[in-house]
Amino acid sequence: MENQFFVDSEYLSPEALEKKHRLENDPSSRKSHMEYLPGMERIDSTVCEDVMSQVRNFDPSCYTAADVRRALAGGTCGIEDFKALLSPAAENFLEQLAERARLETSRHFGNTVYLFTPLYIANYCENYCVYCGFNCYNHIQRMKLSMEQIEHEMKVIAASGMEEILILTGESRSKSDISYIGEACKLARRYFRMTGLEIYPVNTDEYRYLHACGADYVTVFQETYDVDQYEKLHLLGHKRVWPYRFDAQERALMAGMRGVAFSALLGLSDFRKDALASALHVYFLQRKYPHAEMSLSCPRLRPIVGNDRIHSLDIQERQLCQVLCAYRIFLPFVGITVSSRESARFRDGIVKIAATKISAGVSTGIGDHERKYGGKEQGGTQVGDEQFEIADNRSLSHMYRDMADEGLQPVLNDYLYV
Amino acid sequence: MKNDTLIIGGHEFHSRFILGSGKYSLSLIEAAVRDAGAEIITLAVRRANTGEQENILDFIPENVTLLPNTSGARNAGEAVRIARLARELGCGSFVKIEIMRDTKYLLPDNEETIRATEILAKEGFVVMPYMYPDLNAARDLVNAGAASVMPLAAPIGSNRGLATKEFIQILIDEIDLPVIVDAGIGKPSQACEAMEMGAAAIMANTALATAENLPLMASAFGQAIEAGRKAYLAGTGRVLTRGASASDPLTGFLRD
Repeated sequence: MENQFFVDSEYLSPEALEKKHRLENDPSSRKSHMEYLPGMERIDSTVCEDVMSQVRNFDPSCYTAADVRRALAGGTCGIEDFKALLSPAAENFLEQLAERARLETSRHFGNTVYLFTPLYIANYCENYCVYCGFNCYNHIQRMKLSMEQIEHEMKVIAASGMEEILILTGESRSKSDISYIGEACKLARRYFRMTGLEIYPVNTDEYRYLHACGADYVTVFQETYDVDQYEKLHLLGHKRVWPYRFDAQERALMAGMRGVAFSALLGLSDFRKDALASALHVYFLQRKYPHAEMSLSCPRLRPIVGNDRIHSLDIQERQLCQVLCAYRIFLPFVGITVSSRESARFRDGIVKIAATKISAGVSTGIGDHERKYGGKEQGGTQVGDEQFEIADNRSLSHMYRDMADEGLQPVLNDYLYV
Repeated sequence: MKNDTLIIGGHEFHSRFILGSGKYSLSLIEAAVRDAGAEIITLAVRRANTGEQENILDFIPENVTLLPNTSGARNAGEAVRIARLARELGCGSFVKIEIMRDTKYLLPDNEETIRATEILAKEGFVVMPYMYPDLNAARDLVNAGAASVMPLAAPIGSNRGLATKEFIQILIDEIDLPVIVDAGIGKPSQACEAMEMGAAAIMANTALATAENLPLMASAFGQAIEAGRKAYLAGTGRVLTRGASASDPLTGFLRD
């Protein structure tokens, strides 16, 4: 599996290359992925153990067609029912899963579909995550937008009519520190009605500060809940510390954020186990923080700059659809976001079954919205490289029209900062 | 029947159907007004917080009363802030208080709702609180200055009908304000039943929004509510609990 990930950039020094190879080939050269680094806050929580004890005992192959039928028969979908819906046995019931999922989606969300766009403000990163375009050994054009540049990007996006923004950075505390992100949030409040963050995990007091700056939603992808596999994929940097990342959403809620979002990057490990863990992460945190809004994403691996061989091998569209239907049936009240990693055809289909939110007008690069939105070439202006290749590049107006044509009600905002 | 009007906070309405806010679309609002006769339409303030071309505010006909709600509020303080914002936005003086500390079932928090009702009633709002049907809480809401009480029939959006029937009946019997059944009503027959019980009005949304033929369902709701109201006013006939009526009365042996 690792062969699809390791790529040596010709720009690396011999010393850097040597260190990179040592990290890749010699596990003893890597720091413990379970030990907290200095400054990382520990919280008192049993959620991780609640989730992982279920995942450890999950054997997808032991569920039968009868289990799937029982899970679909109606009534409350419990954890065992959900496991059956994720199992290979449920693949033969995909249409029935979709029907039940559509019913739940319509009951809880009607025919609405929420639209948002991500804004990458920096792509510096101090981690070596082997599948990610931003990883510190990948040779890409690095960039961090100034406040003037961020404001310019926001103006361009806001002019398209977008009202919800998700601010993203690479995971570099030194290049994109908390106050830099906080200032970006304050700017976002001027141009957008809702601001979310997808940044490196931080401590409770830092989330509290970011909330005061205007952010109300925090997204953290665990990438994989398979701890051993996580260790092999995140070789360097603070992101390597798996348990600190796991508790990020809970710290955000403790800090007063209204909502949190979760996901595994499907394709890194057994996607059924990762889907179970993602949903249970939501399930157990919701029991502890019943007021919080929760949502799930479902990214699959995509090709990156410098490595076009990266693909999510064992999770095809049918399996992704199964996972999303199972999420919807098990957690009817949560938001489900489908990113532009997926094709327009898949997104158009899945919003009618299970998804409630999709991105539009997406750029995963840095500082290139004017070029993308206005078709204007910025002669000589530097832009930063993208995190991954997108598969659906529809603009907001295009997406809005397409959703309305599909009989859905596109919604740009349903939120107030209080 | 002609003078049978619904009075909320001194305002008079002829229709006893109120459109809820869960799922909205232009066609839903049209059908609710035209086919179900709605005169009050709920509007989530957070949903109206948009610059979208298709703002829900533009869909509301002139002769309809707006009922902004505080959905998204997790405590009394947030509900009060949202209500004040609604007034600033020009949504009038009505407000439906919705306070939820639970995103799974969206069950209202009665205690916080009472607190918000007291503050907003003092500020001159016509306060219509969404509540879990608890008699003590309902009495507190009356004392706090509510203009009606709005107990839930079942979890919102569930279309499960009058799951809390016994408790709603207690509110109808004991509370002097209009009792408006809100949330959970899935079918016209359930709306009719609530009206027969003496509910003052019905609020529904999902039941219409998810119907295959929206205008037809809206009209069915309008008629069911009217039928239930007539039955209530007519005074429903006796219903025997078991067996038949003895033709020879048990007390027939008494001589004087």
